[in-house]
Amino acid sequence: MSKTRSIFRGAGILILAAGLLAAAPLVQALEDKLVVVTSFPKDLTGAFKAAFEKNHPGVKVEMLKKKTTAGVKYLQETASNNTSDMFWASAPDAFEVLKSDGLLQKYQLKATGIPDMIGAYPINDPDGYYKGFAGAGYGIMWNERYIKAKKLPAPKEWLDLAKPVYHGHVGMSAPSRSGTTHLTVETLLQGEGWDQGWAMWKEIAGNFNTVTERSFGVPDGVNSGQFGLGVVIDFFGLSSQASGFPVQFVYPTVTTLVPANIGVVAKAPHPEAAGAFIEFLMSQQGQELLLDPKIRRLPVRPDIYSKAPAGFPNPFTDKSIGAAVKFDVIKSKNRYNLVNSLFDVMITYRLDDLRAATKAIQDAEAALSGKSNDEAQKLINEARALVSAVPIDEATSLNKEYAGVFKKKRKKATDKVTGRQAEVEAEWDNMVKANYSKAKALAEKAKSML
Amino acid sequence: MFLAGRFAPRQARLPSTPNREKLNYFTRTSPGPAVVAILLGLFLLVFLVIPVAKVVYVAFQDPNTGALTWVNFIDFFNTSLFRESFFNSLYVALMSVVVGSVIAMPLAYFTTRFNFNGAVLIQTLGVIPLIMPPFVGAVAMQLLFGANGSINLLLDEWFGINIPFMEGLNGVILVESIHYFPFILINLSAALNNIDRSMEESAQNLGANGFRLFRRIVFPLAMPGYVAGASLVFLKVFDDLGTPLLLNVNNMLAPQAYLRISSIGISDPMGYVISVILVLFSLFALWTSFLAMRGKEYATVQKGGGGLMKRDLRLWEKTGAYAVVIFILLIVLSPHIGLTLLSFGTIWSYSVLPDGFTLANYQEVIGTTSEYITNTLLYAGLAALIDVVFGTAIAYLVWRTGLVGRKWLDYLATGALAIPGVVLGIGYLRTFYDIEVPIIQQPLASWWVIIVVALAVRRLPYALRACVAALQQVAVALEEAAENLGATKYRTVRRVVVPLMSGGIIAGFVTSFATAAVELSATIMLVSAESDAPLSYGIYVFMQSAAGLGPGAALGMIAVIIVGVATYFSHRVIERGKREQALDAALAGGV
Repeated sequence: MSKTRSIFRGAGILILAAGLLAAAPLVQALEDKLVVVTSFPKDLTGAFKAAFEKNHPGVKVEMLKKKTTAGVKYLQETASNNTSDMFWASAPDAFEVLKSDGLLQKYQLKATGIPDMIGAYPINDPDGYYKGFAGAGYGIMWNERYIKAKKLPAPKEWLDLAKPVYHGHVGMSAPSRSGTTHLTVETLLQGEGWDQGWAMWKEIAGNFNTVTERSFGVPDGVNSGQFGLGVVIDFFGLSSQASGFPVQFVYPTVTTLVPANIGVVAKAPHPEAAGAFIEFLMSQQGQELLLDPKIRRLPVRPDIYSKAPAGFPNPFTDKSIGAAVKFDVIKSKNRYNLVNSLFDVMITYRLDDLRAATKAIQDAEAALSGKSNDEAQKLINEARALVSAVPIDEATSLNKEYAGVFKKKRKKATDKVTGRQAEVEAEWDNMVKANYSKAKALAEKAKSML
Repeated sequence: MFLAGRFAPRQARLPSTPNREKLNYFTRTSPGPAVVAILLGLFLLVFLVIPVAKVVYVAFQDPNTGALTWVNFIDFFNTSLFRESFFNSLYVALMSVVVGSVIAMPLAYFTTRFNFNGAVLIQTLGVIPLIMPPFVGAVAMQLLFGANGSINLLLDEWFGINIPFMEGLNGVILVESIHYFPFILINLSAALNNIDRSMEESAQNLGANGFRLFRRIVFPLAMPGYVAGASLVFLKVFDDLGTPLLLNVNNMLAPQAYLRISSIGISDPMGYVISVILVLFSLFALWTSFLAMRGKEYATVQKGGGGLMKRDLRLWEKTGAYAVVIFILLIVLSPHIGLTLLSFGTIWSYSVLPDGFTLANYQEVIGTTSEYITNTLLYAGLAALIDVVFGTAIAYLVWRTGLVGRKWLDYLATGALAIPGVVLGIGYLRTFYDIEVPIIQQPLASWWVIIVVALAVRRLPYALRACVAALQQVAVALEEAAENLGATKYRTVRRVVVPLMSGGIIAGFVTSFATAAVELSATIMLVSAESDAPLSYGIYVFMQSAAGLGPGAALGMIAVIIVGVATYFSHRVIERGKREQALDAALAGGV
């Protein structure tokens, strides 16, 4: 009997202790823990973790590092029993996915002095679910040793990458693999128009060495000299340079600046600490950390740039960065998956065919230069048109029903969609493959006439 | 040369079928095996079938209506890209078995057949290629063999040529064979060590020697080990994701599945359709290897002397053998040579060697590693232990009992090979996140034990194949003898079967442990606190930034060294056990 009583007493003490623990946050301003799911590298997260913990002793920050895709899946799968407080990553589209799944909660920023726009892109989510804390823009990076050894000129604009000298020297990630790459693709499609934009992408892609599986694969490849030039987001280029690799980076004129974001997860177990972290991120001190040579992201507070090292790009004064395109967020969102899929079908999965066709055209053009042969020129033009042909036009890409095939999931059982993604993709693939091989044959024929 | 009398009483082979039936009779009378089988089946059901089913069921759903359908599979076969991918995967898997065999056979044969200094060292080094740390391994390969890697830069300077080692399907075959040939090496060595010496002697007495002896007697007797290794290489390469991705080859099945599953926000069912097809084809391949092995008897009764006659080599033979072994080791260890350079190097960019050498990378990781190392040893060690225990049990149930549906245990466990890690990871989150673990009050899916379970399930096929091969070489007669002498089933298994299988079991432990130590795809989904993370996760964390390449490589080296040392010691343990056995046998023979 006494044994049972002592068990009861023990249990009572435990309950009391638990009650005291639960009551503790009422006394203390912040919780003792903060769990951040993030795709950012250690150099960035480590600096913020250390500084934040110093400002708020008693809060232990746990940085849970996952690839953006894995992070989104993780939050989706763990939502029923959520233990994470924040999601912290670059790609705005990952936040859009979380937002539409109801996995983020609104946060009202207390910090002031942050403008509405960076480049032509709104810094914060208009609905208030996530906040931009740093800007990032796409550009071209290259390996100096590589281009010197191969006697290549340094590129300036996107179209430079389509020149025959760069054949086989360019690397890029696929938009379906990296949200920021997607924005670059979409930016060009909006800036140059649907047909012209795709034609440009395919001219560039014809020079690809490879399409990497992760976005970090591109700076990795350029740094090690696996390929010479890469289409990358600025901080990859800038931080590689800062780490000592012999690389350079430029912003082409047609680019867009997009914010890297942070948001509070719905039903976060430590909401107070999460709020404090956002405020810290947006404060003078937090923004200044972004200038660290290993981090190198563009602060969203214009006043911070006065402390930046010489040559650091400032989008708030230098209007040439990221201002050329007015980015239409709604348009981008509506055809998001369709553009990814189209890129993969036309470029990623048929890279060998595209490269072969491009090479044949480039060779024929080289043979033609200086000579005049209308028939050969006609064949080459025909070949070019075949390569750049896109299976669908812009209106179709924005057609709700057509793009619906690529939508994530049916929201309601009554949502009717006709056709399946695999069916549509197979159709595209057949057309694209036939076009590339025909283009190659035409270009070879043109060359044989010269 | 031999004392003929010592070997005369040994019987070479026993007719097998009647014994098997008799044994079935024994097992039918006791419920033990059935209970074990049910428990194992339950384990696989809960930790493999249900989580995977929760993810891949969309393969059987109409994407528009949600109804059950085969339409996705029809789409698969209607798409030229998928058909192409299927044949590419098949071609690469078959060629990798061929090239892997060419690499593994000389190493296995020389080290088990001849008195060879440092045989243990060679066997250990032979395992190292299995440990290719994620990301850094890929970078090291590119820096050495890539179009602008060290070797091609040198070739270009000297001869003005460039050899595309890493291009397209041939690149995949090269890298896969270098990476996975240890499966053949380990299992073949274990099998060669298990061959009854008297077989060889009988053949020699009958006049066979040299290559004929190897072709007609030694190799056929080692067949279970070879088939175990070769089928693992085939299945692993067929289902492998890492290598095609590292070479950016997309037109193969596993990368197609992965790319479609892991894109943000897309729920194209084709990724899961491909997963299902991978599983089915892997099971088909496994079933074919069952057929090939059926109706043959590989068991030999005598186990005392252990292994083939080892003989000394003549000087020129020795020189030749060493030259071959060193050449092969140089090729297969080159990724790790690259990794070593990377971990000690400063900046390595478009040059034959790094610009300078430094210890800074190791200094940077030293503070953070101790936790990663403890976790890795704990997880990989536990997982490998679970694997050999379950592997032995499943092997025994499948090959030694008459339980209904016993083959399905084998098929199920092996099917795990074809499940992409990310599918298993998502499945675990989906299945176990709502289950609270009592006492620690944490969801099961975020408890570190779940990482161990995931690793165990993913690496079980490796241990299982090794155990099956080992068991096939143990004669049923030995068990019957033990049981006739009054030993219980349990005691027979513990005192007779398991000790005789020890070589294969250790081979299974080593492969499971080595590969679990660098697993990332399922781990990254399941790690829920940095303090629970293993080394591969640490490498991933470093490998997200340009400055992290060197430290990541240093962590990778630490993983390689840990696994290498563990392998070396397990080989030492086998060798010692074998010496003692040999001694006992010699004493027994003397009496």
